[in-house]
Amino acid sequence: MNAQDQDRLKQLLQQALPPIEAEPERDLWPSMLRRLDARPASAPWFDWALGAGLVGLAAFFPASIPVLLYYL
Amino acid sequence: MAESIQNELVQKESQTVLLSFRQGDLEAFETLFRLHQRAVYGWILRIVRNPSTAEELTVESFFRIHQAHARFEPQRGFAGWARRIATHTALDWLRRSRNQREHTEELSSDPAAPAAADAIITAEIRRKTAQAFNRLPPKLRIAAVLAVVEEQPHKEVAEALGISVGAVKLRVFRALRLLRKDLEHEGIKP
Repeated sequence: MNAQDQDRLKQLLQQALPPIEAEPERDLWPSMLRRLDARPASAPWFDWALGAGLVGLAAFFPASIPVLLYYL
Repeated sequence: MAESIQNELVQKESQTVLLSFRQGDLEAFETLFRLHQRAVYGWILRIVRNPSTAEELTVESFFRIHQAHARFEPQRGFAGWARRIATHTALDWLRRSRNQREHTEELSSDPAAPAAADAIITAEIRRKTAQAFNRLPPKLRIAAVLAVVEEQPHKEVAEALGISVGAVKLRVFRALRLLRKDLEHEGIKP
């Protein structure tokens, strides 16, 4: 692809997607505050402990996997 | 004399705001948000080309900025750092929305298209070019839209993407080459 091809493609692209310039129509700070309040709640420590316990059980006693799967 | 004292005071004040933000102060964050929201919104809009998506991603970018406050280095300035985070937020959105027909349609029916362009290029070619552009890998698309469509200096694009100027040029070249192939496949000889 030579320089002429590149220029032609650039021109084509600029015509297909004209430059855009605008400002937000509203103050975004209220949305920002809502987003900050909606932070995903972190999982309680005992959920992690329970998960780790199950993984440990499956690792040390593989025979327990079908039982665990049955109760899922 | 009075002006230089005034400038010094403003600088000191902004330095205080940056340091407070780094420590997680919400008021300092609000000050920075209000100072930079327009610039961040404008930058994102150039990439995603949809006002409501740009608003949503501006909020998401500032949320990421807030989350990363402890990693902020005040001596490197806020604007460039914010722009970099905004660019990556927009890139993530492009990745997620890839292959989504709605976005293709938004691009192809851009109301801002100048009427004078019709004299040079038909609406059909414009539509197919926009669609082909939308099919490019997001990494190439973002480099091309900023460097070619929005004509931003390569240095600024490089800083925003966290890559070298050479890498920006390479991405633009690859984007144009892929675009040409795609258009040729569509029966358009650029």
